[in-house]
Amino acid sequence: MRIGLFLTCVNDLMFPGTGQAVVRILERLGHTVEFPSAQTCCGQMHANSGYLAEALPMVRHFADTFAGYDAVVTPSGSCAAMVRESYPTLLPEAAPVATRCFELSELLVDVLGVTDVGAWFPHRVTYHPSCHGLRTLRLGDRPRRLLAQVRGLDLVDLPQAEQCCGFGGTFALANAEVSVAMLADKTAAVAATGAEYVAATDNSCLMHIGGGLSRAGAAARPLHYAEILAHREPAR
Amino acid sequence: MSATDAVLDPVALLAGRLADYRATVHRCHPSGLAAAVATALARTHRVAAPADLPAAWLSAWHGDVVHDDAGAPLALAELDAPAVSVVTGCAVAMAETGTIILDAGPRQGRRALTLVPDHHVCVVAADQIAVSVPQALARLADPTRPLTMISGPSATSDIELNRVEGVHGPRRLDVILTDDPAPSR
Amino acid sequence: MSSVPSPITAARPFPEAARSALADQQLRDNLRRATATIRDKRQRVVDEVPDWEDLRTAGARIKDDVLARLPELLAQFEAAATAAGARVHRAADAAEACRIVTGLVRATGSDEVVKVKSMATQEIGLNEALADAGVAAVETDLAELIVQLADDTPSHILVPAIHYNRSQIRDIFARRMPGVDLSTLTDDPPALAEAARRHLRAKFLSTEVAISGANFAVAETGTLVVVESEGNGRMCLTLPDTLISVVGVEKIVPTFADLGVFLQLLPRSSTGERMNPYTSMWTGVTPGDGPGDVHIVLLDNGRTPMLADPVGRQALRCIRCSACLNVCPVYERVGGHAYGSVYPGPIGAILTPQLTGQAAGANHTLPYASTLCGACYDACPVKINIPEVLVHLRASGPKPPAARAGMRAVARVMRRPRWYRAGLRLLRWAAAPWRLVARGGQVRRLPWPMSAWTAGRDAPLPPRGSFRDWWARR
Ligand code: SF4
Repeated sequence: MRIGLFLTCVNDLMFPGTGQAVVRILERLGHTVEFPSAQTCCGQMHANSGYLAEALPMVRHFADTFAGYDAVVTPSGSCAAMVRESYPTLLPEAAPVATRCFELSELLVDVLGVTDVGAWFPHRVTYHPSCHGLRTLRLGDRPRRLLAQVRGLDLVDLPQAEQCCGFGGTFALANAEVSVAMLADKTAAVAATGAEYVAATDNSCLMHIGGGLSRAGAAARPLHYAEILAHREPAR
Repeated sequence: MSATDAVLDPVALLAGRLADYRATVHRCHPSGLAAAVATALARTHRVAAPADLPAAWLSAWHGDVVHDDAGAPLALAELDAPAVSVVTGCAVAMAETGTIILDAGPRQGRRALTLVPDHHVCVVAADQIAVSVPQALARLADPTRPLTMISGPSATSDIELNRVEGVHGPRRLDVILTDDPAPSR
Repeated sequence: MSSVPSPITAARPFPEAARSALADQQLRDNLRRATATIRDKRQRVVDEVPDWEDLRTAGARIKDDVLARLPELLAQFEAAATAAGARVHRAADAAEACRIVTGLVRATGSDEVVKVKSMATQEIGLNEALADAGVAAVETDLAELIVQLADDTPSHILVPAIHYNRSQIRDIFARRMPGVDLSTLTDDPPALAEAARRHLRAKFLSTEVAISGANFAVAETGTLVVVESEGNGRMCLTLPDTLISVVGVEKIVPTFADLGVFLQLLPRSSTGERMNPYTSMWTGVTPGDGPGDVHIVLLDNGRTPMLADPVGRQALRCIRCSACLNVCPVYERVGGHAYGSVYPGPIGAILTPQLTGQAAGANHTLPYASTLCGACYDACPVKINIPEVLVHLRASGPKPPAARAGMRAVARVMRRPRWYRAGLRLLRWAAAPWRLVARGGQVRRLPWPMSAWTAGRDAPLPPRGSFRDWWARR
């Protein structure tokens, strides 16, 4: 199976470690991952902000870039949702590639049939289900099932987990005060768990939650769940 | 109770759901109806009743009874007097939601009669009970009659979104469930 | 154009109005408690219905059918209601509806009317129009009464006084309710309900004209339906001589049997009950039972133009249950007033700008009042895809020139891989000086436009090494 990695623009700029983690996990499971270097952005920010015409060339470019792959994997629930749920209506010829695009936990659990990826991470972790993964992709408990198999990991429930963190793309800037008010509740919930790390499927949400935790002086740190799944026990 | 049990015993389901919404439920044998009505009227001074209410229903009650007649309707002030209770039958009951439906048909009277008094005693026969909302609506003889669906006493959720019983409608609702079929029309 | 502020036109941009609301800690506490309560109740009664998803689908289908053949169904409704003794009037807009209703009230000679809570009458500003005509409108729903006594405006479509807690309500009653008995007035909800009962009792028994809305209007039979809790609806619909109901044209359902779907969906979604305490249905006039003079005003006010938009029109499926407000994280933080319309929350954000057109006031800012988290879509009993409509309205609405230019520039870069890679390098390079002031990889302050970000949270910096370099080295 030819697996193409769609890194996402946010990870391309800010979180290279997440992309490396996806590659490591899949290679550890015996798969080959390719990274088509012509990839850019899925167009989500433009489409969701009302710039559909501007998003369309990005959609077309994505479809061309990933046309030859059996599966496209991305460490972002919201980008996977954009591709799978919105591409077919925005650009009908992008529908075939759109249906082959998976968020990491979908690829692991549904396509490859694994929940134990051989990870080790001896820390207390809480998990925030990002909205697009939760309600658009219906990821359900897939990410949590993967985390539950990680050796040494103490997974604690996040109170009010399904409440939006307040990021919302350009909402975080255009309605910054409301965004921060929502964030305050999310960071308080994270802090209340006593977790060392808050994990999620989306670094954009984690950037926002992490910024809130840092501003509040809280000890918990944001960490993409792929980086936890990639972590291994050091050889003795 | 699960939906499957409901099909087996709609009477029990209706009783449970009515009680959930703070209606007082009496279950009785056909022979005990008059006694059950009298029990429900323990704090009542005067009963207002539709003109066609079966006399037997009030045979164990020894207080004052006034009938609301189309020719000589009771004044609103009479219905609004303290300790007046209204006793009626109903058209259909809906078990799943704990609802009784009045359609101004036999033994029910006009709408004001069951609205203004502060206490409503409603007699429901076992064969008047439908399980679901669509089933109950389908059993109404004529949907263009004035219809009132009642689920417990008057209530409001307007203060902090918590349900509180007792605002403008009757603050007490007694429902008497009998095992016998309703008298034929 | 009227100079009176329209009840469905936001005077201030949403972010600005939201800022003021966020500053009110009491408001936020009240909203948090009330919405948390109702969310839990709703979830419990929804979970006990095994075919809930099928019911939602049925509700959406019935409403879509109505929207597809609205003129025909309205004619059918009008004919049936007229045959049953009602007089049906059509109003193209708010002004015409107010004119019809005030004319009908004047003709009765009354200078006071009792009202059942109705969104349609709020939407057209009927109380103000009646006041101008010398008619006092008395709101009888407890929450509407609280808002009216406080001289405030509603902040929720189901519970207009949701922004007040019990002790605030007690204070409003103590100060504003004529003849209230202060010796028994505590902030205990039953005591507050009792005060409202005493206050309105005489009005119900003596007022000759009532004004209502309707939750549903059955085309087949000409029947109107009002769903309520307190019994104030029954009082208004039964005791007066004249009843005038203002009904939005989208309230039509084709058949009486269709109510079987909506009477399951609505109570569970709105107050979180299996069934609301009272539902009244009436068809024209019934001699000897209820009002003898029955009028129905069918209100368009921007609805027919909405039908032309295949994406946006789904907002007209709305049965005003308010579930979308109660689950909305934005509504929970800012409350209803921030939306500047009688329709707040997620449904307001898509309905208000469509009813008026986005050019009206600051209504074009409403579709941005959402993170697109999707909680509203999941909760909606008629499956209105609110996020989809929000994005659709963003696309068709006006945009500030600077934002447009910025987004265009970014789009130009994003579709060219080489420009994009150069952009990444540029940003990484530009971030270098900030690394000197960063703590734990986070910076506290960035220049515009990222200052909006750092006003409330720290920002991470792009790391030195890139994924692409790592990939190339392998
Ligand atoms: S949009 Fe849906 S959830 Fe919101 S009020 Fe309307 S019917 Fe209810």
